[in-house]
Amino acid sequence: MVVFVAFLLFLGYGFDRFYVGDGEFVFPIGTLTALGVGSVSALSSYYSGDRAVLLSTGAVPIDRALSEETTEASALKLRQLDNVVEEMSLAAGLPKPKVYVVPDADPNAFATGRDPEHASIAVTRGLLDAVTRDELQAVVAHELSHVRNLDIRLMTVIAAMVGTLALLSDWTSRGLRASSSGGGSRRSRGKGKGGGGAIILLVIWIVAILLAPIIGQMLAMMVSRGREYLADASGAELTRNPLALASALEKIEHAHAPTVSVKRGTAHLCIADPLGKSVGLKQGWMPDLLASHPPMANRITALRQMGFQE
Amino acid sequence: MVTWIVLAVVAVLVFSGIALYNRLIGLRNQVLNGWRQIDIQLKRRHDLIPNLVNTVRGAMEFERDTLTQVMEARARAVSAVGPADAARKEGELSQALGRLFAVAENYPNLRANENVKMLQEELTSTENKVGFARQFYNDIATKFNTAQQTFPSNIFASMLGFTPAELFEITDAAERQVPAVDLSMRK
Repeated sequence: MVVFVAFLLFLGYGFDRFYVGDGEFVFPIGTLTALGVGSVSALSSYYSGDRAVLLSTGAVPIDRALSEETTEASALKLRQLDNVVEEMSLAAGLPKPKVYVVPDADPNAFATGRDPEHASIAVTRGLLDAVTRDELQAVVAHELSHVRNLDIRLMTVIAAMVGTLALLSDWTSRGLRASSSGGGSRRSRGKGKGGGGAIILLVIWIVAILLAPIIGQMLAMMVSRGREYLADASGAELTRNPLALASALEKIEHAHAPTVSVKRGTAHLCIADPLGKSVGLKQGWMPDLLASHPPMANRITALRQMGFQE
Repeated sequence: MVTWIVLAVVAVLVFSGIALYNRLIGLRNQVLNGWRQIDIQLKRRHDLIPNLVNTVRGAMEFERDTLTQVMEARARAVSAVGPADAARKEGELSQALGRLFAVAENYPNLRANENVKMLQEELTSTENKVGFARQFYNDIATKFNTAQQTFPSNIFASMLGFTPAELFEITDAAERQVPAVDLSMRK
């Protein structure tokens, strides 16, 4: 997170120094504009994002799902889900979130909403069919922990920063093209004042800003993975039963087909990477850099250790 | 210069005092709320039990004793006064219910009955809710007590008359024992 802010500040400083201003002290107009645009888009997703997400996954409110249910056995499953969510919100001391069911055969679950008062938890049909009551409880506890730890808010702020980076990078690469064709009078003026040190800084900065979208994404994923371990641990704190979450994760991993109804933007709030990429299962630095979730094996090991089983 | 430093120190003290006081009040309200949640869940359990007993009564003609015991335990739990008394009587009720479910396992038509399954799920869930509400209460009460007893908030706490919250403890030795039947009613 600190790295993230530092990176953003460095790029923004460079942008304003080399592009906009030409004096010694410049008002960081470029950075502020980018930050503003990024924040507006993130804020709009902050306030209406949960509805958009639920709509895009085709999630059905549990009351409606229950009234449309024909067989007694699956009605029982739905009642169980509703009860489990209420139990976990009691354990966490939070208001009960809205409960949704996603008609998808792949086991997965996600939480959304801007704060504990406006939270929703959605669970796929596949998960309801695959896990026992205890395991369902563990999964719901994990999702509720995302709500309790304010991960939704955090990831919104991060989305705003990634957006800002992307904008800065975009403007710069446009500016580079324009200035190389149009003589680049502004840039040469800036260079003339700064001297040798400024040129080196300029080169580093250009490389950094062209890679910014990728680096931003990597930093965002780093935060996301950290929060995932945290949600596992605080979920176990709610149920006092880390082994149930471990076995639920094993079942989810076993059926690691992509969850087709969940789009990319919600990935970090799911219990398991909904894209079903095989990188989620491997270990090593490459998958570690780009995955929204830590390797499943590492999470299971961590939970087993909490349960004194390894 | 010295006046400024003194003023700054006083300001810092006042503000941290306000922050500590607000934190203690927030925790105390959470503790009270946690206690009410336990109450709500116990009431819910009392309301569910007559339903269950009526549903299984027809099929379990021969188990009058077990059913009567459940109803009696419920009546006692409803009339309990004070936390310690309630804890003991609720424990007895849990045991009576456990016996009822154990006996019900002998009746295949009951086990297959969707109504009974649904009621059993509701009761399991209520047992869980009672358990989790207690867990939350104990967690938050411990936090509240720790906040009162650690430095520097202990100075304010005793001055402002905060008292430690009582934890919800199992007083009955029988309830400490592992139940003989696993109905996934973890506590």
